[in-house]
This record gives sequence, structure tokens and C-alpha cells, in this order.
Amino acid sequence: MSSAAATSGTSARKPGPLMEFVHRSRRGAELFLLLLSLAVGIGAYAAVGLGAQGKVPADIYTYGGILTALVVAAHVTVRIKAAYADPILLPIVSALNGLGLAMIHRIDLGRQARTPGSHEFAPSQLMWMTLGVLLFIVVLVAIRDHRRLQAFTYTAGFSALVLLLLPLLPGIGKTVNGARIWIGIAGFSFQPGEIAKLLLVIAFAGYLVLYRDALALAGRRVLFVDLPRGRDLGPILAMWAVSLAILVFQNDLGSSLLFFGLFLVMLYVSTERPGWLVVGGTMFVVGAYFGYLVTAHVQVRVEAWLHPFANTPSGEAVTGTYQIRQGLFGMGWGGLTGRGLGQGSPQNTPISWSDFILPSLGEELGLTGVIAIVLLYALIVERGLRTALICRDNFGKLMATGLATVFALQVFVVIGGVTKLIPLTGLTTPFLSQGGSSLVANWALIALLIRVSDQARRPPPEFFDDGADMDATQVVSLR
Amino acid sequence: MSELSLVLIRFGYLAVLWIFVLATISVIRTDMFGARAARTAGGQERKAAKPTRSKPAKPRKGDPTSVAILEGGNAGEVVSLANAPLLIGRGNDAAIRLDDDYVSTRHARIAVSGDQWYVEDLGSTNGTYVGSSRITQATAISLGTQIRIGKTILEMRK
Repeated sequence: MSSAAATSGTSARKPGPLMEFVHRSRRGAELFLLLLSLAVGIGAYAAVGLGAQGKVPADIYTYGGILTALVVAAHVTVRIKAAYADPILLPIVSALNGLGLAMIHRIDLGRQARTPGSHEFAPSQLMWMTLGVLLFIVVLVAIRDHRRLQAFTYTAGFSALVLLLLPLLPGIGKTVNGARIWIGIAGFSFQPGEIAKLLLVIAFAGYLVLYRDALALAGRRVLFVDLPRGRDLGPILAMWAVSLAILVFQNDLGSSLLFFGLFLVMLYVSTERPGWLVVGGTMFVVGAYFGYLVTAHVQVRVEAWLHPFANTPSGEAVTGTYQIRQGLFGMGWGGLTGRGLGQGSPQNTPISWSDFILPSLGEELGLTGVIAIVLLYALIVERGLRTALICRDNFGKLMATGLATVFALQVFVVIGGVTKLIPLTGLTTPFLSQGGSSLVANWALIALLIRVSDQARRPPPEFFDDGADMDATQVVSLR
Repeated sequence: MSELSLVLIRFGYLAVLWIFVLATISVIRTDMFGARAARTAGGQERKAAKPTRSKPAKPRKGDPTSVAILEGGNAGEVVSLANAPLLIGRGNDAAIRLDDDYVSTRHARIAVSGDQWYVEDLGSTNGTYVGSSRITQATAISLGTQIRIGKTILEMRK
């Protein structure tokens, strides 16, 4: 057990108590939290049944059994493959996923009460969760050291671009609710942007680790801000063009903001120069305004954001405002402590099981419940950034920062959208929303974070001073 | 379902949700403050297990206690000397892990003998420099001696 090198900025310069800090593996704490998280997930399912139908659902044992099996499988994998990983991440994800499943089931019940025979989303969501956990396990088993991923910098970047462009291809690209971000093959649809977001984090981290010096050191100072050199603007311009293309051709404001924001934050973190934020922020504002001018889809969204209660002269809701309006009414109806699970009417909001799952939860759990959910998201982001701070290699640092950032941005964009803080965009609420691509991709994201945090928290192996080993090392002579 | 039990379920579930949140936060708290205690306990076990390891019980005043990285990709890091000998290199098992293309996997080693600290090259490709000369054997170092490894410069600190 050796001292962990604290690598966090100024505090690292003087040896203090932090220097003696060695992480414990904390698998027991993780197990305890996982049990509590199962209580959150299965408890929600039972409460939905009691509230909506007056009895505990008949399939509670099957449902609880599957959920428990998935969580135990993930936990055992972490125990074997990443023993020193952060103990918080998996339980939070399990709780959010369980709560989301219960809420989707509740909305299924509500829709079936209104129109019998409506499509049920909960069983397919459970199947996607199983796939997500499987991917989680595969990532942890296959990637034993996250630094291996640095070798795939350009491969990851190129695949991400291909995945982002796939929906634009005629034939397999599909337009759903105005945004062309889906591909459909043989009746099976997928959002490639969700996987692209992970690949982009890997690509950006690998690229910035190599070129951050050039990006950080050259430049001149204008009005207290270090502006970068003109020739270094290449990558940021390219990323800006890609984001703008997503906005204009795919009508997807959320992903556009997500990718550009991710790149900007990672650029800032790797170079420590606020100049990039100024340049990038300006470019984003200009690009977004341009996007607003040329795409009708974005104009509708902005109008609905500014005037959600506007009516047409004939008394109808203006296009695009109905959903956000219903969501706001739902949250208002929920109030401080909510209507209780199964006792609100979240099915009145269009797509309440996916993009608008947070207002649905707000209606049934109230502000109290929503604050808890937002706190859980904040804790995931905090653990991601914490991992970045203690990680000992720069690639891992950047990758953890990127993963935490992408998660934070996504939560901000979607929760900000449904609460009318920013214009509504079509992103999913991680782990809560119905939607297979998002769920599977986010499980992979958490697996990567767990892998980096395991490497970061693992105490460095001791250096044994045995003669044979030393000789073996010294034989490697080139002369 | 009576109205009362529904209200109880409603508040009960919110309580479960918040208990989970608070339990998570308390695990984070113990993760922050509990680790040092675990370390001292572990350290003592280790000492008992390996009596051959010579570690001065109390470092005297003026003895170096840490290695600071002054230049290179890891500049700013400070690593304690408490667990000497320390392996320096690019490999996974190095206590001072450097992100530097000019550093070998197991590059050099900092060790103590009596009161004197030494740096020793472990057959690296690009060599280890103390001051301006490349070292060929274990070389004594003192406070403030600059050790250059690849593009990285290290120095012992009090």
C-alpha cells in the first residue's frame, strides 16, 4: 500500500493528510446501498399497484426477482473485476432504473384505464435494462484498463461521426416527433447518437491528452482573457460544424447542445484556459441563433418555451405548447409531496413515459421526490468528477470528466426543458425514461466510470525489492 | 384501500427514497473521512508482516518526506516517501506513474539506506539524470537535488 498521489491542483502542492489517503474497496457499503436501492425500485412498483389498483401487483415476485438478479449480477461483476470501484455509482443507477420502471408501468396502467389495449412499455423497458446490465458486465470484463482505450482515439471519433450521420441516410433513417435521430432496421429502432456520445468522450479525451499543450500554451491576451491561436481553432470549428449540422439536418437541439458543450468543457478542463469557454460560448450562441432562424422545428420549440400558455385565435393550444403545458400542470398538481404513486394522472401528458417522465414523477412524488431524484443525479456527477480528480493518468482524468459532463449536460438539458428553464429538447432522462438506446448507453457509461474509478482508487501495487526481478529488468539492455 | 393507508404509503415511499439518498451521502462521508484510519490499521499490519522493512519510526527534522514533480506531464504531483522504495515509471505498478513518452515502464527507483537517499536507474532506455550527468549506479541525492527522467523533473522535499 503506497501513498496515493493527490493530483488535484493546488492542494497537491503541499503534502498534507490527503497524501496518506488510501481508499478502501467499500464493496460491503455498495451491497448495503444496493439493498436499499432495491427497496426504492420494488417499493415503487408495489406502491403503484396499491395506489392505482388497490392491491399489490400479482407479478411483484417475478418483477422483484428479475430486478434483484440483475443488480446482484452487476454487483458480483464489480466485486470480481473492479474491487476498488466507487461504491455509490451502481446503487444510484439501480435505484433510478427501478423507479423509472415503476413509473413507466404506472403510466401504462393509466393509459390502459383510458384506452384498453394500449401498448405496454414496461416489459420492453425491463428487457432493455437486462441488455444494459449485460453490456455493463461486458464492458467491465472486456476493458481491464481504461488506458487501452486511448489507442482507439481516432477509431472512436470516426465511428461516432458515422453513427451520428447514419440517421440521415435514406432507407434506414427515421424521423420521430420531428427529429431525425433514429435508425430502423428490420422493425428494430435505435438512436445511434446515444452510443456516439460515449465514443466521442473517448475520442476527445485521447485527442486532448496529446494536443493540450499546443492548445494551452500558444495565444495572446485580450482584455484579461487568453485567446487561443487562430490555427488551433481547427478542432473546435470542426466540432461546431458537426453540432450545427445535427441541429439543422436532424432537428435535434438537445444532442447538438450536448456534443458541443461536452467538447467545450473537456477543452477547458484539459487546457485550463477560460479563453476557450469565451470563444466556444460565443460560437454556440451564434450557431444556435442561426439554427433558430433556419429551422422551423427550433422556432416552434422556442415559442413554446416563451409562451407555453398561448392559444390560437380559435382557442386551441398553439402547436408544441400542449405537452409542456400538461407537464407544468402535472407538477403543479403534485405540489410539495405529490399525489402518491398511482394516484395522479400522468397519462394526460403526451409522451409522459419518456421525455416527460420527470413531470410524471413530480406529479406523483411531488417536489420532495423530484429533489431526491435531482440529488441522485448530482451525486453521480460528483462521483464522476471526484474520480477524475484522484485518477493518476491524464487520459483517465479527461475521460471521467467527459463522462460526468455528458451525464450532467443531459440531465440539465432535459430537466431544464420540462421545467421551462430552457427550450424543450428531445433528450431522454438517464435511467428513468423509457427508451432502449439511452438506457443501454447509460449503463455502458456507468461501467466506464466504474472502470476508471477502480483504477484511480486502487492502491498502487507495492514495489518488492527482490533480486531476481531486478536482474530480469536489467537484462533488457539495448547494447 | 382506505384514504389513510394511501396517505401512509405516499409518505412512507418518500421516506424510503430519502433514506436511500441520505444513506448514499453517508457512505460518501465515510469514504472521505474513514479511509485514513483504515490506512493506519493496514500499515501496522504490514509492518508486523514484514519486519525486514526498515522504516524510521519518527522522521527527523530535515529529512526528506516527499518527492515533488516539478516539470513534465505530471507537474504538481507530490508523492510521500513514507513507503519507500518508490518505483518510478510508466507502468501500472509504479508508485510514481509518469505520463511521459521518454520514460520506461520501470525506469528508476528511489530508496533509502540509513539516512541517505539514493536514486537508481533500472536499465531504462533514456537514462536517469542527476543534475546534468546520466547516472550508472545508485547515486546519493539530497533535498533539492533535481532528478530528470525523460521530460519530467523530480525533487525531494521536506
